Amino acid sequence: MNATLLFVQALNGLQFGLILFLIAAGLTLVFGVMDFINLAHGVQYMVGAYLVAAFSAWTGSFGWALLLALPSALAFGLLLEVLVFRHLYDRDHLDQVLATFGVILFLNQGVKFVWGAAPLSVPVPELLSGSIEIASGLLYPVYRLAIIAAGLVVAALLYALVNHTRVGMLVRAGASNAAMVSALGVNIQRLFMIVFGFGAMLAGFAGAMVAPILSVEPGMGDNILILAFVVIVIGGIGSIRGAFLAALLIGLVDTVGRSFAPNLLRLVLDPAAASQTGRAIAPMLIYIFMAAVLFFRPSGLFPVKR
Amino acid sequence: MTELAETHAAPMPSLRPRLEIVPILLFAAFAAAPLLAMASGAEGYVLSLLTRVMIFGIAAMALDLILGYGALVSFGHAAFLGIGGYAVGILASHGIEDALVQVPVALAASALFALVTGAISLRTKGVYFIMITLAFGQMLYFLATSLAAYGGDDGMTLSSRSLLAGSSILESDFAFYWVCLLCLLGAYAFSRSAVASRFGRVLRGTRENAVRMEAIGFQPFRFQLMAYVISGMLAGLAGCLLANQAEFVSPAFMTWQRSGELIFMVVLGGLGSLHGAIVGAAAFLLLEEFLPELLHGLSFFLSEEARAHLAENWKMVFGPLLILIVLFARGGIMGLLRRPRHG
Repeated sequence: MNATLLFVQALNGLQFGLILFLIAAGLTLVFGVMDFINLAHGVQYMVGAYLVAAFSAWTGSFGWALLLALPSALAFGLLLEVLVFRHLYDRDHLDQVLATFGVILFLNQGVKFVWGAAPLSVPVPELLSGSIEIASGLLYPVYRLAIIAAGLVVAALLYALVNHTRVGMLVRAGASNAAMVSALGVNIQRLFMIVFGFGAMLAGFAGAMVAPILSVEPGMGDNILILAFVVIVIGGIGSIRGAFLAALLIGLVDTVGRSFAPNLLRLVLDPAAASQTGRAIAPMLIYIFMAAVLFFRPSGLFPVKR
Repeated sequence: MTELAETHAAPMPSLRPRLEIVPILLFAAFAAAPLLAMASGAEGYVLSLLTRVMIFGIAAMALDLILGYGALVSFGHAAFLGIGGYAVGILASHGIEDALVQVPVALAASALFALVTGAISLRTKGVYFIMITLAFGQMLYFLATSLAAYGGDDGMTLSSRSLLAGSSILESDFAFYWVCLLCLLGAYAFSRSAVASRFGRVLRGTRENAVRMEAIGFQPFRFQLMAYVISGMLAGLAGCLLANQAEFVSPAFMTWQRSGELIFMVVLGGLGSLHGAIVGAAAFLLLEEFLPELLHGLSFFLSEEARAHLAENWKMVFGPLLILIVLFARGGIMGLLRRPRHG
């Protein structure tokens, strides 16, 4: 019983971790290449979810909605880049934190303005509804498996793109030494626009994928943004590989910790105290994990060499 | 972080104490406000708004001590507001309602939290520092949401304000206002002297060049940690006052958005001038308070329905306003005042 529960929780953790990775990938590249702290990355996830909600209400099909939402998320990211972010590159981190904080306020209110404050729900696509038996007597929702599959595919594509294409080479080079890349005649500004738009699209994709299983509401990007930052800081800023591994670790620590912290504590505490302490500790686990990682490795697990 | 040090150098205070016009005007305004409030007829509203301004002034000033003078961007300073608030709330729920006990406990708890988390955070630099302070803030936030005995997510309502040496004088809004003003003055005087002392100069020196400070025989870490602890304690004091003002404590005291707002207040006022942080807090809170009405008033050319809609969504104006301030008003409000006029 406990082993199957652990397996289900591990799958949930994997799914959560992959979603985190999709968000963190764009964040870490933007950060690595331009040294730009974009707190508004989380609202791009929210915008992705809203776009898919709007388009699926309009077209009646999740597939079409997703197809329409991706380019829209890309366009939206580029719009933000042109309007706000490009004016902040040569500013210090503090200014970037504040200006993008303003973007968050605006967009959280903006989606309320357009879609209302009530949460929207997106139906799970017909094709992927229901559950399948992944082990004897163990049902798991198909849609969550689809998220895992989509996350893995995108991660693999991203890996190939970053490691085996010319643009990817430039991005990696930019992440380790932007000044040098720029001195070699690469238009770092344009490179960044590509990275930025792509990152916005990935975050939007993550939002779109989770829209059917979460409620789509204003502010939904805020907390996941913090988690994405935790991921890239643990992974080492600018490192895609670090972001991937850290995202999976965080996903597992969070999901498995929530269901097993009380059980583990029961070994040392009496049941009532254990379940109470467990519930208290579970949401803090990832932050404790992060503090511990940074204590031993102040620049993350896979720091990009500079 | 190095860029931070270069772009916002705080003016070197002269060694002789000199009278400065802005803080004097500021405190005179706070002192005169209750009289004006009585005359205005809406004294309860004016007093509670200004009390809030002063409390956040203390918190912003606390943050400015490390942000403006030490270039340490703490993104988890709202945690200390929470510690102060919960110290009041938790002690009160156990029957200890006297501020003379609550405040020292809150200060000790803030100092301890700052000492432990500061010692860990200061091992990291730059963005990692921003993120690790954020992580500690989040830890405390989630801890508070899980304190089922003390309200959990919903927070806890205080049955009354704290007693002061056994008397319930703070129940009067006027008395509470004066206590907050005294705290603000005290915190300001204390911070001024800390900043002007050798300690403050070492801190500024570390902001400019930590390696050099180390080379001439100081241990930057100790000074930064000390500053972090002092800053945490002042913010903890603000938390005690905030809980008393609202007569309510909840995890919402320490969301990361609140930490962001504190940073914003400091930058809005102008980094590295203590009274600037108070001005920034005032500007932020007053803007938040009056922007909806201002929008409603300014959009007289629209239909009544559209005006109400606009006022309701005032954050859609507030957000871009913050961005514009960051982009165009460098040095904050104090920077604008200091800047000589062109032409």
